[in-house]
Amino acid sequence: MRPADKLVRAATAFQCQIELERAGQIADCRSMISLLTLGAMQGCELVLRAQGPDADAAIEAISHLFDSQFNEP
Amino acid sequence: MKFSVFIAPKAIRSQLASSSKEGVVAELVEALVAAGEINAADQDDIIKAILKREELGSTGIGRGVAVPHTKHSSVEKLVGTVGVSPDGLDFESLDGQKASLFFLLVSPPDRPGDHLRALENISRQLRDDQFCKLLRQSKTAEDIQALLEEADRSQFGG
Repeated sequence: MRPADKLVRAATAFQCQIELERAGQIADCRSMISLLTLGAMQGCELVLRAQGPDADAAIEAISHLFDSQFNEP
Repeated sequence: MKFSVFIAPKAIRSQLASSSKEGVVAELVEALVAAGEINAADQDDIIKAILKREELGSTGIGRGVAVPHTKHSSVEKLVGTVGVSPDGLDFESLDGQKASLFFLLVSPPDRPGDHLRALENISRQLRDDQFCKLLRQSKTAEDIQALLEEADRSQFGG
């Protein structure tokens, strides 16, 4: 759940709409409840999508969070 | 994962008395002890572990809902309960709103996926405004239990 918390915090810094999709189910990156409904676990496959003025920067920032494994110990 | 798999009916509390995060967590862990779901000897340790997890980031997920949780080696399967605070309280939630619905979970350390599956179900059901509203209005543990059973039959959310 801590990664979801970090995702929300990162996503709310952008104006664009940011979505994560897992197995056809789509979640709004700004909503913890929405993200938790994905039931996403470590190792599962997700699609990241952003639409809006700062979408490129958002994709970069969110991808970086995943790449750094959410800076979890 | 359906509510009936992890929510202990005897530990459900409809009228939480506490007005602090620490108080609510203690009340719900005590409820799990009273229901025989966890040992009295582990009560303090579990309360401490849940509050320590809260320090890493509040489990207040918005919409007036919080899901305090921890792993603990004393449980062999995921155990949980539900509590409703009639007035709500500050749980340091991400959206800054007071929390009034609490789903407290204790899971075995070797089954990391279980609490995520429980959270998936909780959050899916809570997207339904009617379900949230009815839970908050519940006057008795029996009312809450009936709502959870209805949700398990997929009458909310979906």
